[in-house]
Amino acid sequence: MKFLKTIYNSAVVENPTFVLLLGMCPTLGTTSSAINGLSMGLATMLVLICSNCVISAIKNLVPDKVRIPVYIVVIATFVTLLQLLIQAYAPAIDESLGIFIPLIVVNCVLLGRAEAFASRHNVVDSMADGVGAGLGFTVALTLLGACREFLGTGSIATLQIFPESWGALLFVLAPGAFIMLGFLIAIYRSIKD
Amino acid sequence: MLEYIAIIVSAIFVNNVVFAQFLGICPFLGVSSRLKDAVGMGMAVTVVMVIATLVTSLLQIGVLEPFGLGYMQTILFILVIAALVQMLEIIIKKIAPALYVALGVFLPLITTNCAVLGVAILVTQKGMNLGESLVYAFATAIGFTMALVIFAGIREQLELSNVARPMRGVPIALIVAGILAMAFMGFAGV
Repeated sequence: MKFLKTIYNSAVVENPTFVLLLGMCPTLGTTSSAINGLSMGLATMLVLICSNCVISAIKNLVPDKVRIPVYIVVIATFVTLLQLLIQAYAPAIDESLGIFIPLIVVNCVLLGRAEAFASRHNVVDSMADGVGAGLGFTVALTLLGACREFLGTGSIATLQIFPESWGALLFVLAPGAFIMLGFLIAIYRSIKD
Repeated sequence: MLEYIAIIVSAIFVNNVVFAQFLGICPFLGVSSRLKDAVGMGMAVTVVMVIATLVTSLLQIGVLEPFGLGYMQTILFILVIAALVQMLEIIIKKIAPALYVALGVFLPLITTNCAVLGVAILVTQKGMNLGESLVYAFATAIGFTMALVIFAGIREQLELSNVARPMRGVPIALIVAGILAMAFMGFAGV
């Protein structure tokens, strides 16, 4: 029960994208379509779960003064593993996400969860937090990607809904990312109130 | 010479780091509510980005490539940048206390500024030589500073305007950034 509650809290109440406003670069940079947003979200979630577990497991061994560099090394290790796996098994994803895969290292969501949660809780709770924050991040990115793709090209996840020529291409390009995210955060806030 | 000018114009305007490449958004949103802070942050990023690119390019050319350790790039670069930022903080504190007062608070934040790591990785991916890398890093940092300063100027005005309640703060700032990005798209000729 507590496991589920932690997941809910990390995913909805403290949603990394809509509430904490962390990890904005991949949020804006990789959401030109729903599939791209989903794959970026899943990649981040995988690293987040692994790094949260490891950091929580070694938290008593690490001296307080060097904890941030140690966290960064742990995160960077998992990112490198993921980067090699994606390059080997899913080169198409590697191509569409490009530089944002190695940049998962500096995604503030990961370091933020490590510092705020994993360094104070046990492994199981930290895993729940990783799953929750990862899910919240993935859902936010997929939603943003789907909205941009729908308004820009008239399709969601390559499923055509209205003809492509009706779409406002602006939403697939850079300005659409900022504008759409602004509206989504505003909508999240007004639903929450 | 001409190619350096092309790199500078492209990095500042056409492929602006914030508006076209989506790097360094966290400090862009976080430190842009006051003009003075924006200038300080921009200067700190410029210093760190040029020095970090110099060091990481030398490491790439001198260590990673000859020994076939390309897969260690991410770990090595982020550690070097983190160490560099710490060292710079100590050095600036000793040599120029006045500058430290202006930049001090921003320096620790730069470790997780993805623009710094992003530029370090991008120059190796694009296969630039050392001179081109440094010019690219400097121009990118100038582009970042410019974006930050323009945005901070607008946000100072935005504070005074009456915005619908759910849109207050970050949402309206993001929409303003979107409009700015549209303006910057003009440089790419869309």
